Amino acid sequence: MSRLSIEKPWQRWLIRFGVFVAMAILCVPGLWVVLTAFRPNIEVLARPAVWIPQNPTLDNFARLFGLSSAQQGLPVAQYFVNSLVISITSTLVAVVIGMAGGYAFARYRFKGKATLFLAFMLSRTVPGVALSLPLFIIWARLGIIDTSFGLIVVYMAINIPFTIWLTDGFFRQIPVDLSEAAQIDGCTPWQAFWRIEFPLARSGLASAAIFAFLTSWNEYALASQLTRTTASKTMPVGLMDFTAQFTVDWTGMSAMAVLIIIPALVLTFIVQKHLIAGLTFGGVK
Amino acid sequence: MAQVRLEKVSKSYGKLETVHGIDLEIAHNEFVVLVGPSGCGKSTTLRMIAGLEEITGGTISIGDRVVNDLPPRARNISMVFQSYALYPHMTVRDNLGFGLKIANMPETEIKTRVDEAAEILGLGPYMDRLPANLSGGQRQRVAMGRAIVRNPDVFLFDEPLSNLDAKLRGQMRVEIKKLHQRVQTTVIYVTHDQVEAMTLADRIVIMRDGNIEQIGTPSEVFEHPVNVFVAGFIGSPPMNLLDASVTGDKAVLDDGVEVPLPAGCNVREGQQIVLGFRPESFAPKGHSLHGDAGALTLRRVVAIAEPLGTETILYVSLGGMDVQGKMLNPRVVHPGEELDFTLDLTRLHVFDKAFGRSVRA
Repeated sequence: MSRLSIEKPWQRWLIRFGVFVAMAILCVPGLWVVLTAFRPNIEVLARPAVWIPQNPTLDNFARLFGLSSAQQGLPVAQYFVNSLVISITSTLVAVVIGMAGGYAFARYRFKGKATLFLAFMLSRTVPGVALSLPLFIIWARLGIIDTSFGLIVVYMAINIPFTIWLTDGFFRQIPVDLSEAAQIDGCTPWQAFWRIEFPLARSGLASAAIFAFLTSWNEYALASQLTRTTASKTMPVGLMDFTAQFTVDWTGMSAMAVLIIIPALVLTFIVQKHLIAGLTFGGVK
Repeated sequence: MAQVRLEKVSKSYGKLETVHGIDLEIAHNEFVVLVGPSGCGKSTTLRMIAGLEEITGGTISIGDRVVNDLPPRARNISMVFQSYALYPHMTVRDNLGFGLKIANMPETEIKTRVDEAAEILGLGPYMDRLPANLSGGQRQRVAMGRAIVRNPDVFLFDEPLSNLDAKLRGQMRVEIKKLHQRVQTTVIYVTHDQVEAMTLADRIVIMRDGNIEQIGTPSEVFEHPVNVFVAGFIGSPPMNLLDASVTGDKAVLDDGVEVPLPAGCNVREGQQIVLGFRPESFAPKGHSLHGDAGALTLRRVVAIAEPLGTETILYVSLGGMDVQGKMLNPRVVHPGEELDFTLDLTRLHVFDKAFGRSVRA
């Protein structure tokens, strides 16, 4: 450890500078989007570019929700609701099924277990877009094109293998002894699960949930194929509404991008403490 | 009253049978230790009694009830695991009270009983800590406390001391013994350590390959092992076991040394036998446990001497093998020194070679 610690101040500053440069390069585009969301259109088009908004405004956001005097006919509120409904539903289902599946893989032996697990993992290697055409045709025949349900099913299919894989790992870390001890202490297997194993796997489930939510919330490629109208369009798809035939409404698009980022950011912060695993250490040995 | 009875209990995993129809009867308040090398089926047997493992055949009863198909929670047992299996997200207090809470006992009574258990085990100062913040010995105590608060019919211990260092192991062994004297419950204790078995047990059950080899009090299995396996397993240092053949009323070792057999041995002329004697029965003249009367004197060169303070273990060659002798009240012995050793003939063990069974009357 001591060998790796950096003793000299100038070395420390060099590293800090390097990190700053790298982070700046990484963050500038994102920062630019956020700044653009708060500036009037005239600043966007200015040459040379105006870095810090001179006349910061919330007008772009107001416009999105139709609160501004300059009316804009975009149903962003509806997109937001669609995104929430689709992401939350698909996440809940994926976590519940993933938890059950992960527990089964971690605790039980059954025929074809290894093959099934491999199949789940292989399904993750197929890029979703590659399936968009067959999906489109099948969904169209089933009549679930442009419905929230259609998209929820797709996101569940994407997320369930991943949540199974993740929760399997977490349940494996919890010694079987704990459940057995609880059953000797008077629990049914069901009670032992909910009172002992579930609380210990909570951090794993939280990370599974956040990954699933972000996947659904951010997904664009499939949603752009399978949604058509306000009935099911999600926020990322809605972003494209800002491009017209000859113009692009950069401020509106940026404002909406900020709206997409915020829930993801907030959720990550809330769940952050659960992401720190290690609660199970100490109970055994 | 909770006696435990196993009748023809067997366990198979697929085609592989690991416990072969064992019979065992354990009396109320008895402390029984199942001991044997790893893979002998002792832990499986314990887990079948606990209900954590289904039984393939036979009957297990606790008290007057057949418990074959009862889940663990309905058997009124408690178990201390090798890993302790404390609930990591609960404080010591919650760990101790968990079983009572599940049983819907009123809070005030839970508190009384948890405090009582904590008192017995000296856990008072640690009640609000999480298991992660306890030492090995403290965790061990919490695991025992969790077992006693429920006031079970039977205590099951699955190698509870094997994660502790040698010194702590000795202390906890004494505590377990005290605990048993205090709470007076039937105890079934699994270990691979024959010292634990000898010191704790009312009766020892020695297992090998899914069979019971011998059941008896510590002194019975020590003094009268029924076969070569038990003879070699119980006792430290282990019993010396030498191949020999019967000639008249003597056993002839591989190096030609003749040892008179005790009267009443069920052997025939020329039979291949295994002659056993404990290191305590083989010592330099004047240093043996039971005196030199009725002993065979053999002059031998000491190959290695291991001084242990109150005794010295001596290695000499006999019957083509290295045998160990135990010298009590020792003097300094140097390797290469030639001494008169006495072999206590009254404490010889004789086994037939083919089946390993004791043939001594």
